Amino acid sequence: MKSLLLILLIALNGLAHGACLTRGTGDMGIIVERADGSVLVVDTSAHKVLFRVEGLGDLSHASAVFSRDERYAYVFGRDGGLSKIDILCGTLDKRVIQGGNSIGGAISQDGKLIAVSNYVPGGVKVFSAADLSLIADIPATATAKGKGSKTVGLVDTSGQRFVFALYDTGEIWILDMKQPDKPALTKFTNIGRLPYDGLITPDGRYYISGLFGEDGLALLDLWHPEKRIRRILDHYGKGKKQLPVYKMPHLEGWAVAGNQTFLPAVGHHEVLVVNTSDWKESGRIAVHGQPIFVIARPDGRQLWVNFAFPDNDTIQVIDSETLKIIKTLKPGKGTLHMEFTPRGEEVWISVRDKDEIQIYDTENLTLKTRFKATKPSGIFFTNRAHQTGL
Amino acid sequence: MIRVDLTILVAITLAICHTASASAEPASSRQAELMYLLKHDCGSCHGMRLEGGLGPALNPQQLQPLSIETLSMTILHGRPGTPMPPWKPFLSQEEAWWLASQLKQGIQP
Repeated sequence: MKSLLLILLIALNGLAHGACLTRGTGDMGIIVERADGSVLVVDTSAHKVLFRVEGLGDLSHASAVFSRDERYAYVFGRDGGLSKIDILCGTLDKRVIQGGNSIGGAISQDGKLIAVSNYVPGGVKVFSAADLSLIADIPATATAKGKGSKTVGLVDTSGQRFVFALYDTGEIWILDMKQPDKPALTKFTNIGRLPYDGLITPDGRYYISGLFGEDGLALLDLWHPEKRIRRILDHYGKGKKQLPVYKMPHLEGWAVAGNQTFLPAVGHHEVLVVNTSDWKESGRIAVHGQPIFVIARPDGRQLWVNFAFPDNDTIQVIDSETLKIIKTLKPGKGTLHMEFTPRGEEVWISVRDKDEIQIYDTENLTLKTRFKATKPSGIFFTNRAHQTGL
Repeated sequence: MIRVDLTILVAITLAICHTASASAEPASSRQAELMYLLKHDCGSCHGMRLEGGLGPALNPQQLQPLSIETLSMTILHGRPGTPMPPWKPFLSQEEAWWLASQLKQGIQP
């Protein structure tokens, strides 16, 4: 009787875990299906969809980070939902509605904390990565209308810190979570009008916030916060009329090649080239439309750029050495996001209006293969788990 | 002050134009395109479900104080000083009017 029970228990256990994979996750990732509230779990070596996980709510403008064991993806949804997905089992492990309207998040250096930034009610909330229980609630500065400022450009950096910008009130805050029960804030005010996004260098040293309300960008050296905020590229756009912006650019990832970095110009058909030794503009590259993402192939040799509406059917590839456009691709309308495989031999591109993912060979810049996905947007591979700011 | 006056002026002009023009509804195939645009392109700031993002929510409660005229004017000409761009290069007056009236009714694109 006892042994029968044991067999039964083993069998039940087998059933519960039957659908889970036993494999490494280093060549896996997720793709957001923005209209359906679902994500695809993919294998980047086999070019295969492994699972479809549903029930994640409003994923228009969703982003994701990975646990440091690369097993779990944390997805930040527009409706304030924070979802933890087990990519080996293809299951929704846990989901909480943490705010009214969120924009993105970050995972702490030690992988134990998940921070989420909110448009509504504004501010940042910090959760346990293990069970998504609330650890800290950091309200934003109130605007003249009495609401909390929208919070944008949240990234992680060393020392259990997070950095983010306050859109309505023009601030950058550093949130130190070394003592989880005593969150410590360092605030920088008057950084410029309407910071719309932020990025951090891969070493976690420099935080840069893009400004919508005026020219230039705000730079914070996290090794020397006492030096406060420095305005860089404050001449860009001057004397030239800003074009209407039909989609805000994204400052994500860090397109660096040598000592040059590349940023999207807001309201101009240009990519800005910045020298990182003195933070002065060292060039501009005229491109097809208003850039949204400017991302570098992991080896830094190429930049891949996509564009805002109405030019969002196009991708341009730039040689980072000559600053020349070497290829113009037309994946299709709604070319929203690009993600390189960890060492950059391929780039995966989501093409919303064609309901497909296209995979390009970055050596010969040709389409390798494609597969179906419903209204795909963000693509996130697990190697992000070990990169600061991603 | 000048901007306010101009806004009123444009509103009046648009209201006058409207009597002549906005009665024509876009063809149903174009209506589908407009709804797609609303969901995905307006949605990049206002949220795909129009519940707000960097831009405000576009539900009937939020839009209650605004007339269809004002709304279609905002769609066509944008809101100077904010990120809201003019959609005039892509939409006719009739189309903006139709979108504005859809928003006033409350829709789930």
